[in-house]
Amino acid sequence: MKPFNILITGVGGQGTVLASRLIAQTAIELGALAKTSETIGMAQRGGCVTSHVRIGEDDISPLIPLGKADLLLAFEPAEAVRNLKYLKKGGSMVVNTRAILPVTCAMGTGYEPEQMLEYLKKQKDRKVIFADAGAICEELGSFKVINTVMLGIALKNDLLPFTKEDLEQTMRKFLPERFQEINRKAVNL
Amino acid sequence: MKKLLMGNEAIGLAAIRAGVNLVCGYPGTPSTEVLETVAKNNKDHAIHVQWSVNEKVAMEVGAGAAYAGARVMVTMKQVGLNVASDPLMSLAYIGVKGGMIVLVADDPGPISSQTEQDTRRFAQFAKIPVFDPSSPQEAYDMVEAAFRLSEEKGVPVFLRPTTRICHACATVEIAEQWETHPVEGFQKDSKWVIFPRLSYQNHLKLDGIERDLSWSVSPFNRISGTGRKGIVTSGICCSYVKEALDSIGEAAHEIKLFQVGMPYPFPKNMAKDFLNGLDEVLVVEELDPVLEDAFYPLCGERRIKIHGKRDCFTHVAGEFSAELAEQWIRKMLQLEKAEEKAEEIPALPVRPPVLCAGCPHRASFYSVKQAMKGKKAVFSGDIGCYTLGNAKPLDMVDTCLCMGACITIAQGIHNVEPDTKNFAFVGDSTFFHTGIPGIINAVYNETDITVIVLDNSTTAMTGHQPHPGTGRTMMGEITEKVDIEAVLRGCGVKHVVSANPLHLEEAVKAVQQAADFKGVSAVIFKSPCIALFKPERQFQVESEKCIRCKKCIREIGCPAIAVREGEVKIDSSLCYGCGLCAQICPVGAIGGTRHETV
Repeated sequence: MKPFNILITGVGGQGTVLASRLIAQTAIELGALAKTSETIGMAQRGGCVTSHVRIGEDDISPLIPLGKADLLLAFEPAEAVRNLKYLKKGGSMVVNTRAILPVTCAMGTGYEPEQMLEYLKKQKDRKVIFADAGAICEELGSFKVINTVMLGIALKNDLLPFTKEDLEQTMRKFLPERFQEINRKAVNL
Repeated sequence: MKKLLMGNEAIGLAAIRAGVNLVCGYPGTPSTEVLETVAKNNKDHAIHVQWSVNEKVAMEVGAGAAYAGARVMVTMKQVGLNVASDPLMSLAYIGVKGGMIVLVADDPGPISSQTEQDTRRFAQFAKIPVFDPSSPQEAYDMVEAAFRLSEEKGVPVFLRPTTRICHACATVEIAEQWETHPVEGFQKDSKWVIFPRLSYQNHLKLDGIERDLSWSVSPFNRISGTGRKGIVTSGICCSYVKEALDSIGEAAHEIKLFQVGMPYPFPKNMAKDFLNGLDEVLVVEELDPVLEDAFYPLCGERRIKIHGKRDCFTHVAGEFSAELAEQWIRKMLQLEKAEEKAEEIPALPVRPPVLCAGCPHRASFYSVKQAMKGKKAVFSGDIGCYTLGNAKPLDMVDTCLCMGACITIAQGIHNVEPDTKNFAFVGDSTFFHTGIPGIINAVYNETDITVIVLDNSTTAMTGHQPHPGTGRTMMGEITEKVDIEAVLRGCGVKHVVSANPLHLEEAVKAVQQAADFKGVSAVIFKSPCIALFKPERQFQVESEKCIRCKKCIREIGCPAIAVREGEVKIDSSLCYGCGLCAQICPVGAIGGTRHETV
């Protein structure tokens, strides 16, 4: 597997950690090396979170340097904009269009999700895929699978260095029995 | 066998493979998963694993086991080491029989801590060796080496990973075979009793260990490359430097690199070899300038220029990165880099961490705020999720210092400002950790404070560890629950009531009564952390009834409530059914329904 960097970003509680583990584990199952670095601790409580996944090289930092990510998986539009600087020119991103408004917003400091989406649409040298992952979660009856829904969209667009079958195999091996069914559905929707 | 492991998992598995007999500690980000990994993989319960009440207790439990010849690992975060420093300083003098690793996780940034203190400094201070891993694999390999060194020298040793090692996952090669380490048992000897005369002799012994090790060669200290310029680095910065050198390419080929995996005792001999033929050195290390300070006199004697934190060449505080390392290396090599223009982006929302939707702490803070409206009161907070009660609109944490300090800070303020009502908010796990001596102090010295115990039945912030009040242990056993109310009464607190914070009226009344009581009073707010159960109901705003006063938004700051398209809405993906908003709505526009989505 050639070197490939994926940055996953969202808001604490959206399950970005599981998404990065599944990607890294799948790469390792296929014989590649992988590293991840995740946000754990206080920021997980509704703060900005990022997970870095680096596939294919051994002696590198667990954090992706600016402008070196091949793929950005953004679980929230404003977080996509915040972390765009990590995505290289010519890279791709999948953006969940459903916004999470922070409490500070509710108290008057504005945040217009539309403005973020407009800005992302204008990206010329980066491929942008929008998806209402929130709606897919509603259809599935759980917001906890937003991580596998996002992976499914990336795979459908051929943006990850492995196939949907490879990911499903990892999920069978590493996810607890009771989460298998719904996550399999999430990847396939 | 190759496995994808978090640094902390690698350390835990390495301890098991080294035949560790006892592992104890107190949860603290980023160290927590080490002990959890040992507990999860504890076949036949062969290893005694415990969350101790605090780090001092853990260090002493660990010391006892090591006296008896057991291999021991004690785990904590850097500020936990401050709590454990009393036993540790003496233990360095007394020494151990079985190998003892003190695993202390440092947190550059800091990302989840009160300080940016450096455990390598603590190692110098306590005069015990420290291992500083640069990757999860190296952390794994260091565990066995650390046990051996501890046994060979008869002193405890530090293993100090930082956040980006602890919480990074990497492909780690782990051994198939496991060692066993039989415990010889405690042998009576005067050497286990610390006395001034013995301490004098043992001080000489510690000095001898430092000298021996500073002249010896550790496989974790490595020199590579050649050139007139050199870089010294350690820990996670090794990978930042290597990535930066790769990125610079050709121009950085003539660089000599010294990776220091064992910074104390300082590898003096190797350092001299490294400096041979150099005329300029850059030190890239996070937290304190530990290596830089050790290199200073050597560079001075040789008239070699040295850069680092002391000349503000690198950053004094905060986390480093590959980008920063590249910037500093280019500066030393006098290479220009074309400045790339930053893209202009729309203004981004600020997203500070907040109490979760449905968190019972929100209701507890709100009820105290209501009960004390218009009165002169100071609210002392403590370490845990509930530190987040400082955020607006709750704004209910006026002080926060260290574990257990809310109870004692409140007393200090009250002693000199007696017309103030002083509240102390302490979590259940923090109460057991270091809260109790403060309670006794208030009773003994007759200080009129009100203690609010936020009992959510878990150690939430660090990822839901059990504690003495939960009745569960890390050996998977059900044990006696230590009753917080009985402890308070036993300490002499005369007014103690328990209340459910989610019943607002009852909660406010409980606080008012406690505040009116002359002397030490306590309210125990009992309601489980939302991570411990599934929501049974959810709330919605009936838009015909809602008068858009936004009281629910202005007063409680629940992340599930927001204005969308002009209407107040509750996000069904976040609502956990606590019902606080429904109780404060002036027109009864918020109602609950049975929960349908998971």
